[in-house]
Amino acid sequence: MGVKDVFLSWPVVRQLTGEDPLGRGAAAQSGRTAALQPRTATADRVVQSVCPYCAVGCGQKVFVKDEKVVQIEGDPDSPVSRGRLCPKGSASEQLVNSPKRLTTVKYRAPFATEFQDIPLDRAMEMVADRMKESRDRTWQDVDGQGRKVRRTLGFASLGGATLDNEENYLIKKLFMALGAIQVENQARI
Amino acid sequence: MTNSFYGPLADPAGDAGWVDGDHQPRKGFFTDTSVCIGCKACEVACKEWNAVPDDGMNWLGSSYDNSGALGASTWRHVKFIEQPKPLGAQQAGMEGTAAGVSVTDVLNRAADSALAGDRSTLGSTNRVDLGMPTTTLPGQVDGAQRTEFRWLMESDVCKHCTHAACLDVCPTGSLFRTEFGTVVVQDDICNGCGYCVPACPFGVIDRRVGEKGVTKNEGIAQKCTLCYDRIGDGLQPACATACPTQSIQYGDVDELRERAQKRVDALHAAGVHDARLYGENGHDGVGGLGAFFLLLDEPEVYGLPPDPVVTTRDLPEMWRKAALAAVAMLAGAVAVFGAGERR
Amino acid sequence: MAECHPVGFQWVMEAKARGAKVIHIDPRFTRTSAVADQHVPLRAGSDIAFLGGIINYILSNEKYFRDYVVSYTNAATLVSEDFQDVDELDGLFSGYDPETGTYDPSSWAYQGHDDGSDGQTGRPTAPTSTGDDQSGQDSGSEPEGSAGGATIDDVGGEESADSEKDRGAGHELGGRGANLAHSKVARDETLQHPQTVFQVLKRHYARYTPEVVEQICGVPPEQFLQVCEDVTSNSGRDRTTAWVYSVGWTHHSTGVQYIRGSAIIQLLLGNMGRPGGGIMALRGHASIQGSTDIPTLFNILPGYLPVPSAGKHDTYADYIATIAKPGMKGFWTKADAYTASLLKAWWGDAATPENDFCFDYLPKLTGDHGTYQTVFDMVDGKIDGYFLLGQNPAVGSAHGKLQRLGLAKLKWLVVRDLQMIESATFWKDGPEIESGELKTEEIGTEVFFFPAATHTEKEGTFTQTQRMLQWRYKAVEPPGDARSELHFYYHLGRLLRERYAGSTDPKDRPLLDLTWDYPTHGETQDPDGDAILREVNGYYLTGEKAGQFLPGFVEMKADGSTSGGCWIYCGVYKDGVNQAARKKPGRDQNFVAPEWGWAWPMNRRTLYNRASADPEGRPWSEKKAYVWWDEEAQQWTGHDVPDFQLTKPPSYRPEEGASGPDGIAGDDPFIMQADGKGWLYAPTGLLDGPLPAHYEPAESPVDNPLYTQQGNPTRQVFKRKDNLQNPSKDEPGGDVFPYVFTTYRLTEHHTAGGMSRWLPYLSELQPEMFCEVSPELARERGLEHFGYATIVTARTAIEARVLVTDRVVPLKVGGTVIHQIGLPYHWGVGDDAVVSGDSANDLLGLSLDPNVHIQESKVASCDIQPGRRPTGEALLRYVEDYRSRAGITVETGNLRMTAPSDDRLEGAQQ
Repeated sequence: MGVKDVFLSWPVVRQLTGEDPLGRGAAAQSGRTAALQPRTATADRVVQSVCPYCAVGCGQKVFVKDEKVVQIEGDPDSPVSRGRLCPKGSASEQLVNSPKRLTTVKYRAPFATEFQDIPLDRAMEMVADRMKESRDRTWQDVDGQGRKVRRTLGFASLGGATLDNEENYLIKKLFMALGAIQVENQARI
Repeated sequence: MTNSFYGPLADPAGDAGWVDGDHQPRKGFFTDTSVCIGCKACEVACKEWNAVPDDGMNWLGSSYDNSGALGASTWRHVKFIEQPKPLGAQQAGMEGTAAGVSVTDVLNRAADSALAGDRSTLGSTNRVDLGMPTTTLPGQVDGAQRTEFRWLMESDVCKHCTHAACLDVCPTGSLFRTEFGTVVVQDDICNGCGYCVPACPFGVIDRRVGEKGVTKNEGIAQKCTLCYDRIGDGLQPACATACPTQSIQYGDVDELRERAQKRVDALHAAGVHDARLYGENGHDGVGGLGAFFLLLDEPEVYGLPPDPVVTTRDLPEMWRKAALAAVAMLAGAVAVFGAGERR
Repeated sequence: MAECHPVGFQWVMEAKARGAKVIHIDPRFTRTSAVADQHVPLRAGSDIAFLGGIINYILSNEKYFRDYVVSYTNAATLVSEDFQDVDELDGLFSGYDPETGTYDPSSWAYQGHDDGSDGQTGRPTAPTSTGDDQSGQDSGSEPEGSAGGATIDDVGGEESADSEKDRGAGHELGGRGANLAHSKVARDETLQHPQTVFQVLKRHYARYTPEVVEQICGVPPEQFLQVCEDVTSNSGRDRTTAWVYSVGWTHHSTGVQYIRGSAIIQLLLGNMGRPGGGIMALRGHASIQGSTDIPTLFNILPGYLPVPSAGKHDTYADYIATIAKPGMKGFWTKADAYTASLLKAWWGDAATPENDFCFDYLPKLTGDHGTYQTVFDMVDGKIDGYFLLGQNPAVGSAHGKLQRLGLAKLKWLVVRDLQMIESATFWKDGPEIESGELKTEEIGTEVFFFPAATHTEKEGTFTQTQRMLQWRYKAVEPPGDARSELHFYYHLGRLLRERYAGSTDPKDRPLLDLTWDYPTHGETQDPDGDAILREVNGYYLTGEKAGQFLPGFVEMKADGSTSGGCWIYCGVYKDGVNQAARKKPGRDQNFVAPEWGWAWPMNRRTLYNRASADPEGRPWSEKKAYVWWDEEAQQWTGHDVPDFQLTKPPSYRPEEGASGPDGIAGDDPFIMQADGKGWLYAPTGLLDGPLPAHYEPAESPVDNPLYTQQGNPTRQVFKRKDNLQNPSKDEPGGDVFPYVFTTYRLTEHHTAGGMSRWLPYLSELQPEMFCEVSPELARERGLEHFGYATIVTARTAIEARVLVTDRVVPLKVGGTVIHQIGLPYHWGVGDDAVVSGDSANDLLGLSLDPNVHIQESKVASCDIQPGRRPTGEALLRYVEDYRSRAGITVETGNLRMTAPSDDRLEGAQQ
């Protein structure tokens, strides 16, 4: 931008030379303001999703820029929600990008007073070890009346109402194969 | 020139120098409180889009309102009004119940005891009659048997006045009239002088309180922009996009006014005789509002001024007296820059 | 609905704008009430009386939809002469066993025969619509057999009633329709015979007069009759009425019967299977419907097949026979095909007809293994490990203290969540640490917190509240070590299979034979969700179509030639297309929007929609046309996918002995029922009675005015020191807890707060725990608006800010004034959330609905006092003082049968 352009773009000059002699409109607009673009327009891609809160199943459009979610708003295509969202659905960008969200595995040893970080792989190995130990130790071929039960009551699970069908399917399948029957979720609560 | 500060003005954007291709039809909100369900989606959608920080975790005990008021960090504010009045033909289920004392009785006693210094948390101010309205709402009698009830909700917002005093007093040009006729703060221009704050007849605009260097736009005047960036791209403002019941409607102000009048007529026909529009009239003290409302009671009940007047109504007279000085200063500026360019 | 499902509520607002009347029945005046035409405040826990009053109004004022009722419901069916109603037995149905607290339902059965060989003429072969059946006129005659009083209708069926006698819990039914004891039932289509369901219903609900409704619910007759008038005048050929409920109906010790109450109303008024009608369960989580369909629930397998029970389902043949014995009618008779396909999906080539498709691999139940039973087992040290997946039971489950004490007894705990929820931190900042009941250094629980992926960071389907699956695309990768449950469980399974590899122990075969090869993507080896959905849909395994996707569950076979992980989801991958991912904009489709997502079963959006047409297949009215018989094309057609065999004409009548789907007549819309009828009366399948009857909540400051029996005599109770109950009105000490409280959600928060209390934008809108009280109660107890109140039960005491509001009204119930207190339940005690506070769920004890093991958390009794609660050990003493003043023991409130009389028992036990 040359000096002349700088001069001509000065609000006071625009005010005197343009249609906005009082400098309250066109003449007062800053360069940054004029260049404003909504982040919905500058996003790299838009992904169709579904709100994770209640069971109405409102459609969401997830705007992604530089592999980050930058905006989530209602999907007007959805015949369920017609693009609208409630306060929770409207907060889902904050849910996804919450600075309080944890991104490492936290481990609390027995009787310890604090959490510590441990690697994901190691944590999963530790959980698998504990499941196997518990299953093998608590295995029941028959119940007290001699009836075939083939199961373990050593561990239990609670959760699923916020998960995908595919996830619930794997959980149920795995736990049934392990003989672990105490699988429950919010639908009972 | 007179129109620019007071009285009806058909085209605020044109008046502010937006011409030809830049000029857009005036955009605004029609907030129909008769279908508001008080969900506050507007508050959250607004904050999320505009990256407005939270406004503090304060339980206000004011029905379901914990936002309190519009301000630098609350650009949409849902008000909740509990009233012993009927809503059209609605049956609120209060009749024949084991009623006795009314809530306002309890609230008034609480206020009395607080003002009388009974409540250590609220200080020990003795009650002085300042002639202010009481907390008893119109038509309400202390201790009355409860028979009627309604719960009003209203999503309040910057009014985007036809004559916006905040803008007119802004010395930096931070506040400006957009091509859509809306009023927007440019946070890269604002120096936080705060002249706009007392200028607003609605108490909308405020400077953001927060931690310097941490809180975004700390000290800067902030308010609803009618999502200037979104509407410039053909989108609706975030609040109107989210609103589940279309209580918040966005569009051309002319068309919204027609729609609003039809809605009032329909409500009247349905027996809701309280329904009235607020701020749709270009002859009022602010030249009409770009964001206007359908209310179900007097504006005061919603905390809105019954007859708002632009605080800069007399500005042209003041300006005439300052004009000479301004011309002299401008001449000086031209001389300086003229010399600069020759070099 | 406006409170908890605001976006769904847009349709109610739109209907209202078009003239619909909106009635809101709720103890509190909520955001829904604010825009409703009528709000009816009633006493929490009294809804069956209210619904019963409406049923009585419908029947005594002849407001029912006669053609619909006669043809489509079991109104005309005759009930056993042995059946005795609650009025005869002072609050018990016949068959009650006070020892076990259960019913033998054999006396509730239909009249009829077990065998189909006696050549009795079934129903006429021509379509019958209204009362042209002469045989029913002699209503006084003996109805047994074919004599005089009724015709015998062949409905198939098998399960002898005594197999349910020792059941004691509803979980063994899975989710299927109940079977019938008789293969042929007696009917009187004039509805005059005294043993017709219709007449039984009439007698049962005769007591529920407007005056009794007022006496129980606290609803004045004028308000109640206004509802009756509106509901009935808005139902019929031209109009339909919908009922919408949420956990306000299910969270009761009689919850299932609440829903039954509305089902009776909707059947009587002809509102089922029709547009604008039905009963809408508004569920509370994104895929809580899906997690029931493909269940993470102990008692069911995918598609509502029961998990086998020891002693009952010891062989595959036994298992199938309890669901579908040859001769029975309806689509559950194909359970062998659904089960075989499921087992093929899970155990692949290892599952063969010869080994009963590895049926033996399934573990067996021996009673209730539900979440509350499990928590008691935890407290008793019987459980080693616990997985929490997006659940925060320390805050969100009833009896929070019990939950936390249970967690503290575990060896290891795995929490998978987005935020550090209270259930993961109870060992350092829970209320019991503050009270001194637990000490961090003495809690041996090993805690693993795994960060989870959000909905934008994984692909998959949610099933929303209308049974519709919607596919979500993945937008971004989860941050850091955050992973989806799909990732976690796939790899956990892989690690376990590695550990068991080479094992020859038979107990490890199910794991090693499991089909567990899923394609994975990317650096993190995320399993392919699409591949799992394909497995759920299922394939042809043999023949020329081998490898192709099944188009629907009718193609499933019992011989092992098909696979499919959830029969009701079969068709979701029809034609090799992910039907759940269809996103044709709603505005480009008809109002049913069949090309957005996919609803089970078979993309039907309204269940039982055959009932939207009359028996001849014509729409009941043009205005309400939805699905109808196209005479020319000789098939069903309409706006939705017909919920009926497509080419079965209305005139179709099953041949003698026909079973399965072929046993269902062309005018029997309820194709999953064993008789094709909508059940006004449930002869079997429910554990607490064939008809809803009013019982008081487990904790109630009100005496049951109808009979001596106070509460549900079959409710599940836990007599334990750590589950003490408040005495009710008729028990000593009942006056110590004189108030009713109810718990609920607010729009601004989500359940236990894991997805809302960590977000500033939501937290600031409702930052603090509060209680809602009426001005009258505030005055009575000296509660100050904006101050604090302490709410006390036998479990604990919590504090809350006081919101005095006209939105809560005291009710006159049986001459006394009942005050109700409203408690949102979103807050919990912990250090990590943006906002925290005492949890309303800590106040609750555990009493469960016997059918489904769901807790009574929508109503209980309490005391309320001004000011903050004591802290530390003083809190324990404070609660102990209440217990001793009320004289509470483990027996208190846990007596299922109250004030038994010998006469009554003899009757009940006959």
